[in-house]
Amino acid sequence: MGNEAQPQDATASVDFQEVQQTERFKTLRKRHRSFVFPMAVVFLLWYFAYVLLADYAVGFMSIKVWGNINVGLILGLLQFVTTFGITAWYVSYSNRKLDPIAAEIRNEIEGHEFDKDGNVISGAAK
Amino acid sequence: MNTIVPAAVNVEALKDTTLLNMGIFALFVAVTMVIVFRASRNNKTAADYYAAGRSFTGSQNGTAIAGDYLSAASFLGITGAIAINGYDGFLYSIGFLVAWLVALLLVAELLRNTGKFTMADVLSFRLRQRPVRIAAALSTLAVCFFYLLAQMAGAGSLISLLLGISDWGGQALVIIVVGALMIMYVLIGGMKGTTWVQIIKAILLIAGAGVMTAMVLAIYGFNLSSLLGSAAEAANNPAILNPGLQYGKTETSKLDFMSLGLALVLGTAALPHVLMRFYTVPTAKEARKSVVWAIWLIGLFYLFTLVLGYGAAALVGAETIKSAPGGVNSAAPLLAFHLGGPLLLGFISAVAFATILAVVAGLTITAAASFAHDIYANVIAKGKADATTEVKVARRTVLVIGVLAILGGIFANGQNVAFLVALAFAVAASANLPTIVYSLFWRKFTTQGAVWSMYGGLLAAILLITFSPVVSGAKTSMIPGANFALFPLSNPGIVSIPLAFFLGWLGTVLDKRREDPAKQAEMEVRSLTGVGAEKAVDH
Repeated sequence: MGNEAQPQDATASVDFQEVQQTERFKTLRKRHRSFVFPMAVVFLLWYFAYVLLADYAVGFMSIKVWGNINVGLILGLLQFVTTFGITAWYVSYSNRKLDPIAAEIRNEIEGHEFDKDGNVISGAAK
Repeated sequence: MNTIVPAAVNVEALKDTTLLNMGIFALFVAVTMVIVFRASRNNKTAADYYAAGRSFTGSQNGTAIAGDYLSAASFLGITGAIAINGYDGFLYSIGFLVAWLVALLLVAELLRNTGKFTMADVLSFRLRQRPVRIAAALSTLAVCFFYLLAQMAGAGSLISLLLGISDWGGQALVIIVVGALMIMYVLIGGMKGTTWVQIIKAILLIAGAGVMTAMVLAIYGFNLSSLLGSAAEAANNPAILNPGLQYGKTETSKLDFMSLGLALVLGTAALPHVLMRFYTVPTAKEARKSVVWAIWLIGLFYLFTLVLGYGAAALVGAETIKSAPGGVNSAAPLLAFHLGGPLLLGFISAVAFATILAVVAGLTITAAASFAHDIYANVIAKGKADATTEVKVARRTVLVIGVLAILGGIFANGQNVAFLVALAFAVAASANLPTIVYSLFWRKFTTQGAVWSMYGGLLAAILLITFSPVVSGAKTSMIPGANFALFPLSNPGIVSIPLAFFLGWLGTVLDKRREDPAKQAEMEVRSLTGVGAEKAVDH
C-alpha cells in the first residue's frame, strides 16, 4: 500500500533539537533567511511602490519616453524583469549556498543518527 | 483612423464557426481522455491519487501549475480589460505574476519538505492536529468553492459567445457536459490525469497566445510603439496607454485597487490548489524548479496578453468588443477571428474551454483531497482510516463537488459573480498565508494563534465582501435592489489580511499553552533539509 502503511519514516528516533543546535544547521538557516527575507521585503516594496505610482502619480506614469512608450509601461515591464531576475538569482544562490549544506545534513541524519542523548551513532548500529 | 478596423470582424459570422469550435474541443477531450486512461493505470495508493505518485518532473509540474493558474479569467478577462481599459488591465496581470515570488522564496520548498498531501499537513505539523486541520480544511473548501463557482458561472457566458448558444437550457446543457467531463477526468485520472490535462492545456494556451502575439506584432512591423499608437487612435482616447482608466476614477476605487493588489500578491502562494501541486514532485529541488518554470511561462503569457489586449483595441475596436455577446470577454476570440479566420477562432475557443475544464479539475481534486485527508481520515476517523478507504471517500467527494459545481454553475449563470475570484484570493491571503508564514518561520507560534488567524481572516474576508458594493447598493451589484453596503471597497484584503496577521500574533502571545519545542525543531530541520520528506512512489 502507500506510504501510510509504513512506519512514520526512518527518522522517527532522530533528536531534531540536537540537529537544530548544530553550527551547520544554524548556518543553513541563516543563509536561507538572510536571502529570502530581505528579498521578499524588496520585491514587495517595489511592487507596492509601482502600484502606488499607477494609482496616484498618473501624470508621471504617462510621460512618453520613446514613441508611444511611457514611464508606466517601462516600469511595468521592469516588474517582469525584476521577477525573472530574482528568480534566477535565488536558483543560483540555492544551488551554491543552500543545497550542498542541506544535502550534507540530510545524509548525516539518514546515515548516522543523532540519538536522544545527542551522541552521533553510526547507521549500522541501528 | 485605421480604415481596416471595424469591417474586418463580423460578429454574425462567428455563429457559423460553432461546429468547428465544437469539433476542435471534442478532439481535445478525446486526446486527453486517452492520456488520462493510460495515466490512471497506476492509481493505487493515496499518494498516487492525490499527488500523482510524486513522479512529475519540475518542468512538467511547472507547466501544469501554469495550466492550473492561467484560468479563462486571466486569458479572456485580462485581454479584454486591456482592450477596453488599457493600462489598468496590464496592472492586474503584473500582480498575478509578482505573486509567484512569494511562492518561490517563502513557501514551495519548505511546504514540499514538511507536508504530504494538503496545506493542513503543514499547518498542523507542530500544532494540535484537530482544531488546526479543521480550520485549514474549511478555508481550503471555501477558497475552492468560490473559485469553482466563478469558473462554472463564467462557462455560461463563454458558451454564449463561442458556441452561439444563447438560450438558458442550451447553456445549462453545456455546463452539465463540462462538469461531467471534469468529474470523469478527476475520478479516473486522479492527480495524474488532472496534471496531464493541465499540461496539455497550458501548452495549447501559451502556444495559441504566442502565435496570435506574433501575428499582431507582424502587422505593426514588430514595433510596440506603433501598435500602442494605433490602439490609442482606434479607441479615440490617448489615455488608454496611461494608468487610471479603470481604477483611477475615485479615491475609493484607487484604494480598492491597492486592496486587490495586496490580495493578489499574498493570495497566490496560499491558494490550496496551487499548494497541492508542490506535492506531485519527488523533491524540494524539483518543487523549486516547478515554480521557476511556472514563473517563466506565466510571465511570458502575461507579456503576450499585453500585445493581444492592445491588438484587440487596435484591430477589433472597443465598440465591437463591447457589443459582441460575451462583452469584454470576447476581445481575445474576436481578435483570433480577425487574425486567422474561423480556424484560429475555433482553436482559441477550444483552448478557452479546455482552460475551464483544467482549472475546475484542479480545484475539485484539491477540495476532495482536503475533505478526505483532513476531515475524514484525520478528524472523523482520527487517523485510523486506511488509505483505500480514504481514497474511496475522496472519489465520492469528487462526485458530490462535481454535482454541486454543475448546479452552482447553472444557477449562477448570468449572475454577476466575477467578484468570487477576487474573494478566493482574499480568503487565501487572509486565512491561509499568515498561518503558513508563522508556522514555517516563527518558533513561538501556537495553535490558538493559528486558529484565531484562520477563522478571523476567513470570516473578515467573507463578511466584508457581503457588506460591500459588489453584493448590494450599486447598479452592478449582485442584488442591485437592496443596499446594505456598509464597507466601501469591493476587495476586503487591505483590512482582512493585516487583521489575520495581527490575530495570529495576538492569539499566540495570549496563549497559555506552549507548543512542543521538539516538534518545532523537527519541522524546522525537515523544512530546510528535506530529511524524511515523502519520497516518490515507484511502480
